Amino acid sequence: MIDAATGQRPTPILEARGLVKRYGHVTALDGADFQLLPGEILGVIGDNGAGKSTLIKALSGALSPDEGEIYLDGQLVRFRGPLDARRLGIETVYQDLAVAPALDIAENIFLGREVRRSGPLGSLCRMLDKGRMRREASVHMRDLKIGIKSMRQPVETLSGGQRQGVAVARGAAFARHVVIMDEPTAALGVKESGMVLDLIRQVRDRGLPVILISHNMPQVFDVCDRVHIQRLGRRVGVVEPRHVTMEDAVAIMTGAVSGDTMDVARATPESG
Amino acid sequence: MSSATVGDQLGSTRSAGVRSLFSNPSVLANFGPLFALILAGVYFTSQTDRFLSGTNLSLVVQQSMVVGVLAIGQTLIILTAGIDLSCGAVMALGGIVMTREATEGGVNPYLAILLGLGACTAFGFLNGALITKIRLPPFIVTLGTLNIAFALTHIYSRERTVTGVPDEQLYFGNTFRVNTTTITYGMIMMFALFLVVWFILGQTTIGRHIYAVGNNPEAARLTGINTQRLLVIVYTFAGLLYGVAAMLFVARTGVGDPNAGQTDNLSTITAVVLGGTSLFGGRGTILGTLVGVLIVGVIRNGLQLIGVGAVYQILVTGVLVIVAVAVDQISRRKQA
Repeated sequence: MIDAATGQRPTPILEARGLVKRYGHVTALDGADFQLLPGEILGVIGDNGAGKSTLIKALSGALSPDEGEIYLDGQLVRFRGPLDARRLGIETVYQDLAVAPALDIAENIFLGREVRRSGPLGSLCRMLDKGRMRREASVHMRDLKIGIKSMRQPVETLSGGQRQGVAVARGAAFARHVVIMDEPTAALGVKESGMVLDLIRQVRDRGLPVILISHNMPQVFDVCDRVHIQRLGRRVGVVEPRHVTMEDAVAIMTGAVSGDTMDVARATPESG
Repeated sequence: MSSATVGDQLGSTRSAGVRSLFSNPSVLANFGPLFALILAGVYFTSQTDRFLSGTNLSLVVQQSMVVGVLAIGQTLIILTAGIDLSCGAVMALGGIVMTREATEGGVNPYLAILLGLGACTAFGFLNGALITKIRLPPFIVTLGTLNIAFALTHIYSRERTVTGVPDEQLYFGNTFRVNTTTITYGMIMMFALFLVVWFILGQTTIGRHIYAVGNNPEAARLTGINTQRLLVIVYTFAGLLYGVAAMLFVARTGVGDPNAGQTDNLSTITAVVLGGTSLFGGRGTILGTLVGVLIVGVIRNGLQLIGVGAVYQILVTGVLVIVAVAVDQISRRKQA
């Protein structure tokens, strides 16, 4: 994505350089680079064992890499845990519908970030401000055009797609910089997947860049602006679905073609 | 896909909810136990004049209050998808510590109570620490601490019941009268604790986290809740409650009994389950547990009044537990 007016590449929102992560004799990340640009949906694809999930865990703070640097908005950052990443505005939506089914929608959206009442009721009695959380949850759900009226419905009464909608709304509500979606449609049917992809577009259109990790190539090519291809612990190429076919991407992913040699539109090899 | 589709899907779940109001698990879980309690009350009232009197109902509550306070701790633990087999044994230890220190130990009676509360709280902490730090299942940990607490109680008391307990330790056995009904301070203590925990569970952050941890521990952890710390807090607080139960037991019986509470672990689990709380965690209410405790109390008392042997009370309780869990499971399966 090159700014048409200036011809300059914008500062990446989230960038990683030379990430290395070893587990004993296994090298999960072998000098991986990564770049997320403002306002885009970036797909991350790769075969099993390519280091996709290790990369994402490093970016979301779930593990710390042995080597390499991560930059958020151009600033060097170091995450000691997922909470660190979250505090800096990186939210992650996990694949297996990470919601508490017996809790209601508002309770799930605010889980771990409950809003307490003002005054001594909140500070001394630790009393929740349920009304405010329900109102705000309702706004977040409406922002994403998820048409659920009552925030008091237990999440288990919702369909799989609606549940994932709650998880996406939670991510979008609190993310200031990045939303990471880890296989958000893996547990869903075709129709519901479509709904979630729609939500992902809406999150991007509201100005939040999204990282989408998926095994589903048609979905990735349908929704992503650029696609990061991971192979053997490294980034082997970045392609734009507008200019490249799915077969080309798969060829790079499996190593049949080198991402550097193929003239993939603005494949962005790290300049170093 | 448009937002209209999502709304349509909602519409269908809604009307289904109205249609099956009584097969809705939350409705059943909330009002089923209360209905059973009222039914039992109506039955015994029809069978004997002596059931529905202030004096008798006060007796029911007094007989239930020790198990009631223990059951508060048990409910909190079961809501986190845990279980505590040690509660009765820990209570017995607390009772022996406070009474023996105050008599043979010559310690100030109030300080002795604090020692007893401390012993129980320490056991709760031990349970929580073993479960979270060494990651052992609660069933195994508390089976171990059940035996440890039981043995310590008997070693420490030299198998003897402590008598001559000072009046200061019998405060919660004191009574006052409302009309002709006798109320003990212990009863007030039990109801007050239920109210406090009801507030904590329904209105505070930690209460919500307790439900979340029991419901989906992974989701709770991923949202940044410190689940380990939460579990340690819950088990430790439950230990403190067992200490309070020990205090009420001493006040009610006037002695320190090394054999107290031996079957209370099962009694509390019975009460919690009868009150509609799921043994799988994350679902249930503390007021349900109060109702569950009263159901057991009313049945025991009522059967006694109409001259049915004590063994039948156990029989009826056993049947009720199975019915309660069956109703819960079947209604859930229907919904799923």
